[in-house]
Amino acid sequence: MTVEIPDVKKSWPHAINAVTIGATSADGGTRTSTVTIGGETTLPFYLFEGAMPNRPVVAMEVWDVPAGDWPDAVREPFDDVLADPAAWAKKCVDEFGAETICLRLQGCDPNGANRSPEEAAAAAKAVAEAVGVPLIVWGCGSDEKDNEVFPLVAEALSGENCLLGTITEDNYKTLTALGTAYGHKLIAESPVDINMAKQINILALDVGFLAENLVIFPSTGALGYGLEYVYSIMERLRIAGLKGDKVVAMPMLCDIGLEVWGAKEARAPESEVPGWGDVTSRGPLWEAATATVYLLAGADLLILRHPEAVRLTQGTIARLMGGEAG
Amino acid sequence: MILIGERINAGFKDIANAIRTKDPTAVEKWAVAQTEAGATYLDVNIGAASRDPADMAWLVDVVQKAVPTKISVDSTKIETIEAGLDAIDGRGVLINSTTADPGKLERIVPLAVEHNAALLGLAMDDRGSPQNVDRRVENGAMVFMAAMEAGLDPDRIVLDPILMPLKFMQEQAGFVLEAIEQYTHLSDPPPHISVGLSNIGSKATERRRIVRTFLVMAMARGLDVAICNVCDEELIAAVATAELVLNKEIYSDSYVRAFQVRQ
Repeated sequence: MTVEIPDVKKSWPHAINAVTIGATSADGGTRTSTVTIGGETTLPFYLFEGAMPNRPVVAMEVWDVPAGDWPDAVREPFDDVLADPAAWAKKCVDEFGAETICLRLQGCDPNGANRSPEEAAAAAKAVAEAVGVPLIVWGCGSDEKDNEVFPLVAEALSGENCLLGTITEDNYKTLTALGTAYGHKLIAESPVDINMAKQINILALDVGFLAENLVIFPSTGALGYGLEYVYSIMERLRIAGLKGDKVVAMPMLCDIGLEVWGAKEARAPESEVPGWGDVTSRGPLWEAATATVYLLAGADLLILRHPEAVRLTQGTIARLMGGEAG
Repeated sequence: MILIGERINAGFKDIANAIRTKDPTAVEKWAVAQTEAGATYLDVNIGAASRDPADMAWLVDVVQKAVPTKISVDSTKIETIEAGLDAIDGRGVLINSTTADPGKLERIVPLAVEHNAALLGLAMDDRGSPQNVDRRVENGAMVFMAAMEAGLDPDRIVLDPILMPLKFMQEQAGFVLEAIEQYTHLSDPPPHISVGLSNIGSKATERRRIVRTFLVMAMARGLDVAICNVCDEELIAAVATAELVLNKEIYSDSYVRAFQVRQ
């Protein structure tokens, strides 16, 4: 007896926007490679049904100041380069296979090192000169300070087609103007709230920033720390985008390293939590597991810290895309 | 919600003049205004201003040069519809309209197939306009079957149960609402369901209120297309709000703007 399996394939009327980051000399930049994310015509890895023309991409995180509060397990691979963002970025690309670098301008934090906009721009320029991959530049999170820093950073990286962030409902006018003026893409951030994820996009569109140049950052929670809330928001955003809601049809980004390495599960030494296993392998695994879940939720760009998590995640992506394990 | 802008119709003096004088200004103005207001399609109708199908081609051409919006080729005459379809530059197009009259279906359904067009079918037949629910459902089903048999997906079929002026035929509005709901049971997914919305407010002093209230009530029963005055901001706001209530769109504080942007 044969059982007929019903055809459950669905055809979605619209595609997610494809966003290219980085510009080579042909496009007025100095990158030696670019990455394109998004462009899906179906749900994540439903390759039997539609297309994922662009593989999800892994970015590695670099700071403009030594990452003093990173736990030993994730700091050690970078111990020799922590004081030099350019060398740090180069190590990520050359040794650990980073496809993109995310420079976090943590040093500009007024409650921290409070570095100047000029220093931030110099760090960004140095990283751009050290590596050929596309760049993401992330502000320190203080609206006021970011609005002083980004004019110089955006100008220093003019023409490089970077991804800058973030814009929020309360602070978007400076960055949208800079993005348009200097040819950069932007990260639109919302605090685990689907309605605000849509709202920030509308605000950006209304000041003339193009929808095709936005990437959604719906906030990220580490495994065990609200990940399922973010997952369901990403799922709903993706479905709405595929159905034709152009205001949310953007690729999505997850800031994973930052969240995971703040979690007890990645930080606590075995002496404190007997039975949890060696912390040097537990942390990278926690990071990679978190990344895998977000890939299934529709993440197009993952920002990671630990080289082993990067390796595992790139392997997962290759397997899910139907290729060989990395 | 699919909104079809009604304004490029020779029933309006400025459009009739444009057709007669071949001055495209008024047509361009309404093409842009309706597109910016959120129209998915622009209805294009030469009405009684001309009997020459070439004027439909001219009107389609002017609109196409002005905006990228999809076009609804509106005529009761097959030759005029054909002239409009021939002028389409490859963008999405809706044939507005056929009736359930078998003679008309036989000629217009193949045109929809040939031009890869969507097809709007009025629930009228050779006996005229329907006066009850049953006739509306029967005629709608007739159009639906003919279109499906020719290979059109439900997504390319639009049924119109014929809306009448509330002021003169008050009981008909309720019949239309009931017919809309019955159309949603024709298939899964169902065909699209449309009305010529402005009809219900015809000659009434409070026509905008009547139109807006009916539209929201009809959306709750399954209406998902309307040929209407898309430049009526309150009407668009009501549609955008109803979409949220029906959970068809994701809420955002600027949801009316989002609704216009996504069209």
